Amino acid sequence: MSSTSPMARPRSFLWSRRIFLTLLTGFVLVPVYVMVSSSLKPLADVTGKFRWFPSGLTVRPYIDIWSTVPLARYFANSLIVAGAATLLSVLIAVFAAYAVSRYDFRGKRVFTVTVLSTQMFPGILFLLPLFLLYVNIGNATGIALFGSRGGLILTYLTFSLPFSIWMLIGYFDSVPRDLDEAALVDGCGPLGALLRIVVPAAIPGIVAVAVYAFMTAWGEVLFASVMTDDTTRTLAVGLQGYSTLYDVYWNQIMAASLVVSVPVVAGFLLLQRYLVAGLTAGAVK
Amino acid sequence: MTTTTLEEPVRKAPPGTAAREPRRPGRLRRVSLPYLLLLPALLLELLVHLIPMVIGIVMSFKELTQFYIRDWGTAPWSGLANYRMSVDFDAPVGEALLHSFFVTVGFTLLSVALCWLIGTAAAIYMQDTFRGRGLLRALFLIPYALPVYAAVITWVFMFQHDNGLVNHVLHDQLHLTDKPSFWLIGDNSFYALLTVSVWKGWPFAFLIVMAGLQNIPGELYEAAALDGAGIWQQIRRITLPSLRPVNQVLLLVLFLWTFNDFNTPYVLFGKSAPEAADLISVHIYQASFVTWNFGTGSAMSVLLLLFLLVVTGAYLLLTSRGRRAADV
Amino acid sequence: MRSTRAAAVGAVTLSLALAATACGGGSSTGGGSDDSPKTLTYWASNQGASIAVDKKVLQPELDRFQKQTGIKVKLEVVPWSDLLNRILAATTSGQGPDVLNIGNTWSASLQATGAFLPWDAKNFGKIGGKDRFVDSALGSTGAQGKDPAAVPLYSMAYALYYNKKIFADAGISKPPATWDELVADGKKIKAKGKSVLGAEGANVSENIHHVFVFAKQQGADFFTPDGKPDFTNPKVVDAVKSYVDLMAKDKVIPTGDAEYAQNQSVSDFAKGKQAMLLWQSAASNLKSQGMSEDAYGIAPVPVRSGTPGAGAQVDSMVAGINIAVFKNSHNLDGAVKFVKFMTSDTEQKTLNEAYTSIPPVKSAQSDAAFNTPATAVLKQTLATSAAALPQVPSESQFETTVGTAVKELFADAAAGRAITTDSVRAKLEKAQQQMPAA
Repeated sequence: MSSTSPMARPRSFLWSRRIFLTLLTGFVLVPVYVMVSSSLKPLADVTGKFRWFPSGLTVRPYIDIWSTVPLARYFANSLIVAGAATLLSVLIAVFAAYAVSRYDFRGKRVFTVTVLSTQMFPGILFLLPLFLLYVNIGNATGIALFGSRGGLILTYLTFSLPFSIWMLIGYFDSVPRDLDEAALVDGCGPLGALLRIVVPAAIPGIVAVAVYAFMTAWGEVLFASVMTDDTTRTLAVGLQGYSTLYDVYWNQIMAASLVVSVPVVAGFLLLQRYLVAGLTAGAVK
Repeated sequence: MTTTTLEEPVRKAPPGTAAREPRRPGRLRRVSLPYLLLLPALLLELLVHLIPMVIGIVMSFKELTQFYIRDWGTAPWSGLANYRMSVDFDAPVGEALLHSFFVTVGFTLLSVALCWLIGTAAAIYMQDTFRGRGLLRALFLIPYALPVYAAVITWVFMFQHDNGLVNHVLHDQLHLTDKPSFWLIGDNSFYALLTVSVWKGWPFAFLIVMAGLQNIPGELYEAAALDGAGIWQQIRRITLPSLRPVNQVLLLVLFLWTFNDFNTPYVLFGKSAPEAADLISVHIYQASFVTWNFGTGSAMSVLLLLFLLVVTGAYLLLTSRGRRAADV
Repeated sequence: MRSTRAAAVGAVTLSLALAATACGGGSSTGGGSDDSPKTLTYWASNQGASIAVDKKVLQPELDRFQKQTGIKVKLEVVPWSDLLNRILAATTSGQGPDVLNIGNTWSASLQATGAFLPWDAKNFGKIGGKDRFVDSALGSTGAQGKDPAAVPLYSMAYALYYNKKIFADAGISKPPATWDELVADGKKIKAKGKSVLGAEGANVSENIHHVFVFAKQQGADFFTPDGKPDFTNPKVVDAVKSYVDLMAKDKVIPTGDAEYAQNQSVSDFAKGKQAMLLWQSAASNLKSQGMSEDAYGIAPVPVRSGTPGAGAQVDSMVAGINIAVFKNSHNLDGAVKFVKFMTSDTEQKTLNEAYTSIPPVKSAQSDAAFNTPATAVLKQTLATSAAALPQVPSESQFETTVGTAVKELFADAAAGRAITTDSVRAKLEKAQQQMPAA
């Protein structure tokens, strides 16, 4: 379809497209505009009647957010947790997906079904048990999982694992087997074939999975609120600190939300090309 | 089943040698390697999902109230009492759970349908190249890329009764309502929740459908065009049927994510959601964490899990049969 | 390679074993010790304008404690939204702070978990004796007949804050002493284009505090003397209805307040948009929002008739913060020392002054800082007309279920639906049935 010229489209199609996309753009952008404009408003503007345009612009909220709550520390925590969870999740998913994609073995079906079915577990079901498990492991082995970044990393990487494995299986399946057969013949072991042939060919899929894993970890609220303390708190929970104040400093909340969002959104948009390509070959064959 | 799969690799040679060693891998190694590759994933799934789930199921048979949480091993077994309480729909606890369940089902179906519809329409409309398409595509992905907390709190700000944008536009500027409406409490909260959920969720459908469209061979369209099919007919006769396998997965994933979504309602309404928007995940959270009755909370979660298993199973069965029929 | 694999297999076996034996909170059964006498962890509740403010207030005091005893206190200020969950998590796991603040209304509920050190005569002796504390504050430290689970730290009471200028403009010479007067004054205030009274309609705890007092004024209680919920008692229904009627019928609470849950009503008051506010120790809050102390007056919360006192003349709950020691502490001795320090006369003066609350310690109360006109009202209320919320194990469930019922009623009222005795009873009936059977 993309090869055909747009000129060939009937007017009805072009008009309906124009209207639909305009409305949709409005729907998508209004909250974004509110976030940006409110973050630049003085407090009086955000605690009174809503106004589309600020009465005056101020960067004050952007300065204040760092002192009202230890935002910098939360930021660092989130970066460490989300970064490590992403890295490990991708690594583990690549191995697992390679095994499923390239080998026939007993229990393969059980494995894929089990892993995928964890997608439907309500988080609330295993929140408390997981928490108890971490505490017990901590007591028995001295490995601090509860309250530590490590525990959170472990939890989050597992959250994104099922979807990642499933997507990568699809992607690896689309990489011709002849390629790694050839590598095996050339003297690479199976792992060599994976690392030298399959992984490079699957970069878009891997990037897509990494983006997904990072976003999952970056935004999670429920587990983070129970499993962290002041020193390990992540942004998603830490941001709530702005509304425990006497007054709700909406301009600061918006400024902080924006600061928190910019890295993810920027990264996401930069990598979106890979994302579509990765999904095309991986998830939706 | 897990133990048998796990023991396997232990007996075999370490993988370090496997990588360096010969081009004609021995039979044993061939068998053990996939298990080794799966091991980390399996261990983690076991640790974070499966074992806690088993513990959760055990808990659901216990009377785990505040008197016992300090050492839940000592909590008395309560048999099926927690389950009986959850499904006794004449009593308020069961009734509230049932109500919450229906709200969640209604909400999920509407949200998934809207996300899919908007996402598909946008993907199809944006298949042709036109000026600004790249920019638009990037803009459309923003809601999905935003961290949940940041996105939802912005909507909370917009939905406020006195100072929010929504009432400002609907009431002050367009005069559509007699007086400002409440969005975060009362009956309208359902629509507020739906709006936020669709806003946040449709770009995912958009992404997936966009990817799916790229796999449709151009010849199909060319052939149809030669037959004299217009664009609308092409969409109906080629695009939508070709998207079927994509949709099968997309709808299921959207359904599960929306049904289990905790973050959106929790940030939007806090710990006690209004009745009209009392989604099951928050409902169970409240049943366990706010009233400190973890046994009943676990029983409710198990019921929820069973429901999702049945729905997913039935869905997969029906759609795969449908697909097989279509292929013939 | 081999050893990692062994470790991994070991971890699985271990976790399986843990799951199988279903052991609970680990060391929690063991009780506390004095293993680490040099450090303490302290969870403080968020009392000041922000967490940063709290740290500024508390840190110098903790340093002083370290100088006196050589014990280093690690401070974490926990926001209210997290505090109860964090305490629950600590209770379940046995891993928590050594000393912590709790909302005093939770005392009996948390006492039932058995996670806190009971304050028997011996322990009280270590901090100077039970009779150092005011009776009303001690009434909110746990179930009757049991050793208190916590010690009072800060006391607060509700008072009526009123904007002097709005009152003068509306021609009102003195703050209302009864609800009828308040409603009558409301008409004059509304004529001047200001809203009358603030409320946090979506804040479950605030709702409970108010309906509790309304019930008391009707001579009713939410629980029977033997601790069973009694929410549908006609007088209780009446009490809840008359509180919601402040919005539904009397129209003194603006409908917009139905969705307030984050102290927006305090802001409305501080900004001069609204004439009155029922709040506990609002002074430091108002000051931080730029309202000068001369701009508002403080009076007792209205009653049905007459003046505040005991019984049906109660006009406030006993609000406040208690300090508790976690039984699993590895520094029990130090923890008790820290409680002693925090409840000493000097610290009580400094801290309660900083938070504009009232010291629950008798000898600290006499200090000049607590004899200003503002604190005099609070002190008087606490001494004569405040009652403790029910000290029953299911108190926290009561807060959730009834507080939510009131929230829903406010939502109905705001949407213009009729609030009738029947509709109120129906909500309360549902709340009662959700209470634990025990």
